Amino acid sequence: MFQLKFDETKCFACETNDCLTKCQYLKIDPDTAKIEIKKIINKKDSFVLHECVTCYACEEYCPTGNHPFYLIVQRQEELNILPLPDPLIKRGIRIGIPFRGEPDIQEIKGPALNLGVFSSLATLTRGKLFEGLTLMSADSRKMFHYFCQLMYLHFGRISVINERLEKIIETIAAHKVKEVVHFHDECYGTYTSYAPAFGFAVPFKSIHLFEYLYNRLKELKSEIKPLNFKVAYQRPCSSRLSSDKYQFVDKIFDLIGAEHVKREYVGENALCCGGTILGQKKKGSRQFSLDLQKKNIDDMQRAGAQICVFNCPACMQTIGKPVAKKGMMPVFMSDLCRLAIGEKTS
Amino acid sequence: MDAVYQALVKIVGEDYASNRPEELFTYSKDLGTSEPKFPDYVAAPKTAEEVQKIILLANKKKVPVVPLGGGMSLAGLALPLQGGIALDLKRMDQIIELNEKARYVVVEAGISNGKLTAYLHKHYPHLMHSEPGAPPAATIGGNIAIHGQGDMAHPYGFNSDMVNGMEVVLPTGEICKFGSCSIGSGWYTLHPLPDIGLFLGWNGSTGIITKISLRLFPCKKIREMDLFVVEDEGLIPDLLYELTHVGMAEDLIAFTSAIPPFMDGVHHISMNITGDTEEEMEFKRHLLLDGKLARYIQDGTGGIGAVSQDIQRPQISKSADWKKGGGFEYVGSIMPVTAYPECYRRGAEISTRHNIPYTVLGRVIGSAHAMMFSWSYAFNRADPETVRHAREALHETDSLVLELGGTIWKPAVFGQKLMMDRMDSNTLQMMKKVKNLLDPNGIMNPGNWEVNE
Ligand SMILES: Cc1cc2nc3c(=O)[nH]c(=O)nc-3n(C[C@H](O)[C@H](O)[C@H](O)COP(=O)(O)OP(=O)(O)OC[C@H]3O[C@@H](n4cnc5c(N)ncnc54)[C@H](O)[C@@H]3O)c2cc1C
Ligand code: SF4
Ligand code: SF4
Repeated sequence: MFQLKFDETKCFACETNDCLTKCQYLKIDPDTAKIEIKKIINKKDSFVLHECVTCYACEEYCPTGNHPFYLIVQRQEELNILPLPDPLIKRGIRIGIPFRGEPDIQEIKGPALNLGVFSSLATLTRGKLFEGLTLMSADSRKMFHYFCQLMYLHFGRISVINERLEKIIETIAAHKVKEVVHFHDECYGTYTSYAPAFGFAVPFKSIHLFEYLYNRLKELKSEIKPLNFKVAYQRPCSSRLSSDKYQFVDKIFDLIGAEHVKREYVGENALCCGGTILGQKKKGSRQFSLDLQKKNIDDMQRAGAQICVFNCPACMQTIGKPVAKKGMMPVFMSDLCRLAIGEKTS
Repeated sequence: MDAVYQALVKIVGEDYASNRPEELFTYSKDLGTSEPKFPDYVAAPKTAEEVQKIILLANKKKVPVVPLGGGMSLAGLALPLQGGIALDLKRMDQIIELNEKARYVVVEAGISNGKLTAYLHKHYPHLMHSEPGAPPAATIGGNIAIHGQGDMAHPYGFNSDMVNGMEVVLPTGEICKFGSCSIGSGWYTLHPLPDIGLFLGWNGSTGIITKISLRLFPCKKIREMDLFVVEDEGLIPDLLYELTHVGMAEDLIAFTSAIPPFMDGVHHISMNITGDTEEEMEFKRHLLLDGKLARYIQDGTGGIGAVSQDIQRPQISKSADWKKGGGFEYVGSIMPVTAYPECYRRGAEISTRHNIPYTVLGRVIGSAHAMMFSWSYAFNRADPETVRHAREALHETDSLVLELGGTIWKPAVFGQKLMMDRMDSNTLQMMKKVKNLLDPNGIMNPGNWEVNE
């Protein structure tokens, strides 16, 4: 029913094949990239399908707005080349099943705040920054009704997303919301990138948390006291689906007087937190994930970061502790902004 | 005025003896499916001498005495089945001695696991005891009286194997010591004196344990839990065999449950991994995850279930919440590890028959010498029908344990009878002799391990 709109002709005319040549995990030269992308388009086996660590980055690398990563995942599913062991896939698919009652649908006037599946983050959404936003649901028993499902891109399971997403959109729309601020990049990416790519109608406007925070901080500018911290930012995989919003990271840092340290693995070169790679089937994945984390964290430290800023709870869970062990404080972006306006954080 | 009550007041003081109905009511229930059983008196002694006096009184008056620790054993084991004195031991909660270098602690038996853990955490953070997954109010005495197991069961076995010495008030009132402490030496070993310890596993029916010397173990600074996940329950025995060969985990538990849905039919093995340095942690993880488990990961049958989490102690069951009303009770068993697949399948069948979401787990004891396999049944306390179902499921499971070649752990009276019916007749005779010799008036927790019926 929902089909990926992928324009093959763009690939055939593509001169750079950036999607694969820029990939930080597969070392692919331009000639090989041309061959492999064709294989993938033609539903043929390609080593890319086996070796992809599902970092989402090629969605950003593609200069034409084609959807190479969605295509890769679709082919992984069609050819049964799954990145994770079977029990993790079975368990993962079931994680998204709501099992504690129906959502409590209340009409929301004005802009809403969607936490997606992370109802536990409700404690982060206090204070002046979030005044005027209505929390759609912070009930941990109901959170799966708001789960955007995009996680299944790591599981080689486009079909699960496509089966469930319409219902999730319906649930959000039932609140009669016109504008939704998504706390997590993954939700924002779902409604602004994945949904149009597969033909899902989304009857509300999505706002990225960072754009919202930036605008709100501007309104509260007189209350900002520059933080004077050196910060690194851990970019989540799903932010690759909304690279136009990445600019707000620096805009926020500038506004609150945080110095974004210069380092190697930043922006387009950002490294995955390693959370999903840890469990992948490919030989040596766990060690690879640890090495990757070390490379990333050492880089932050070398650059002199005092704080590592997160937006994704999964990244926080994966490398929050190792970052702290290296003497950098792990902090959510929203908390950093709250600190800047003199609020106590969670 | 009631003479027994008066005598109890004289022994423990007015504040610590009662025959008031509202207090008897509190002591008439436990958390499980058992019918309420009212004691006639409650007494909370502070010393072994007070316990002794109460025992002498009980013998004189032929009144039953039922020792009570935290009352968390669930199966009605500390309920006064035949009335008498509920002997609440929670005031006997002192830490008497801690020998750091010999790694043992001497405690009064009514000390809670929570108190001991907190004490060690504060004063001796590099030492720990093997803490059961029970709520922290569970006592050390109650736990060893039922052969409990804690989060160091894989390297060191049953908690009752970690006893270095005991002081016991016998059913006839003598205060008796066992182990090196009995010859005036330190409390550092139970062996090599002749084995006359006849109190572990007896549910308090052969005496009241008043002091215990418990082994302590190195407590590593970094303490994390890793998860390994498989779909095929048939793989669990092999996995546990492999993991115990490596011997790098502190605790190994295989579990699954119907709720939440992602757990259903997916078997998780939690591995507590600890170390003083990151290098030690990674060394252990490397041996476990990149060594023994690698082939399961690569052939896609098993996977690393999550990023390592800090260990939560105790790991308390959430399954009480599966049904509205917050009740649960479980059958525990000591089983060969090879029985895991059958235990899971047959247990899930029983649960389905009684409309209860299944929750099962197997904790490894020793080098997979056995496991404590448990089946939990949730019920709504306010709904007698669900209580009936849970009770029936518990009874069916008791029979299942024996059918599968296991031994029921901390059996309720029903399970005790099942086992005694099957017991070798000479063994049963020996139990009778022990019981009758130690407790000639049959006052100690009557109804439990009732060999004379
Ligand atoms: C959620 C949950 C999880 C649990 N997990 C575990 C686990 O992981 N491992 C485990 O071993 N158990 C577990 N249990 C079972 C039980 O709670 C523990 O074994 C607990 O330590 C029992 O101690 P208690 O003080 O509550 O004993 P009680 O229930 O008070 O007593 C148990 C029995 O011992 C007798 N007794 C009590 N004190 C003495 C004494 N000083 N001398 C002689 N007899 C005495 C009582 O008469 C009774 O027969 C769990 C229970 C729950 C509810
Ligand atoms: S997906 Fe984009 S970058 Fe890759 S070949 Fe096609 S057009 Fe080029
Ligand atoms: S998702 Fe990441 S790893 Fe996979 S091909 Fe794209 S850039 Fe490479």
